[in-house]
Amino acid sequence: MLTEEQIERYQRHIALKEVGGKGQRKLLDGRVLIIGAGGLGAPAALYLAAAGVGTIGLVDADTVDLTNLQRQVIHFTPDIGKAKVISAREKMAAINPGIEVNTYEEWAHAGNIMGIIIGYDFVIDGTDNFAAKFLINDACVLAGIPYSHAGILRFDGQTITVKPGESACYRCIFPGPPPKDAIPTCSQTGVIGVLPGVLGIIQATEAIKFLLGKGELLTGRMLIYNALEMDFNEVRINRDPKCPICGETPSILELKDEVDAVTHCDLGKK
Amino acid sequence: MHLTVNGKNTVIADKESLSIPGLLDELNVEDPLYVTVELNGDIMERINFDNIVVRDGDEIEFLYFMGGGRG
Repeated sequence: MLTEEQIERYQRHIALKEVGGKGQRKLLDGRVLIIGAGGLGAPAALYLAAAGVGTIGLVDADTVDLTNLQRQVIHFTPDIGKAKVISAREKMAAINPGIEVNTYEEWAHAGNIMGIIIGYDFVIDGTDNFAAKFLINDACVLAGIPYSHAGILRFDGQTITVKPGESACYRCIFPGPPPKDAIPTCSQTGVIGVLPGVLGIIQATEAIKFLLGKGELLTGRMLIYNALEMDFNEVRINRDPKCPICGETPSILELKDEVDAVTHCDLGKK
Repeated sequence: MHLTVNGKNTVIADKESLSIPGLLDELNVEDPLYVTVELNGDIMERINFDNIVVRDGDEIEFLYFMGGGRG
């Protein structure tokens, strides 16, 4: 049952026939984990909190830096130096005190990620490096937890939703990470600040649709966005029978960190 | 030949066909060593790139690594 305050707060959701009181209850009972409280995670966390997703987890060991504020809209100028997960939790609680925010002030790695993701219904990958992106894919595939991938660079973004065992995973597209420093990072080449807003909100939309059980998820197709040309392109992605983790004879049977994929940028992190 | 590359009509003058490395070179594709290539809906294996022939009317998608998001 919803309280009177909840009925008023979520009235615009409840008015949708695809949501209604039942759907709002599903959101309130939902558990979504956001790995990375930065460019992608910031808008996702704000909207999921506002939407009334009852339990939201945030994973990030970083602190807020002045260079973050151009795009990581959950962090404010007075937050500089504060742990990102704490800064984010404060804003989410201010938007919606009726939800629970679990914070994990640590980097996700092969040794801790399973313990963090188990129990969540849906995971949002808001990380900025290939080691983390492959780790999240592998952990979600092995645990059978659906997740949303997104990546951004300059004016370009890409996103796909993965339902393990049903739709293509990240390794069906990219079997392994590129060598260290082969692909530029946002800190090296720049990123237009609104870009992660677009992608992070698409990721949050996928989480909400998954919890509601409504609509079509972005599975089996990668959405590719170019902000300069304002172009959205969708590429159909089939499962790869030879995929090293979700294929017919997987070679990855347990988690390991892709140490070779750690970027220069990560190594220089304070 | 006429191709559809990342959803856009693309004309390659004076060529009836190309191998994938030839196409990557012709179109000056960024990061040719790491780009994923989809031909008519199927992702091509890198080890076969030299033997795959792209012809008039084919649909090609290049999928690039994008690692940003959090930082």
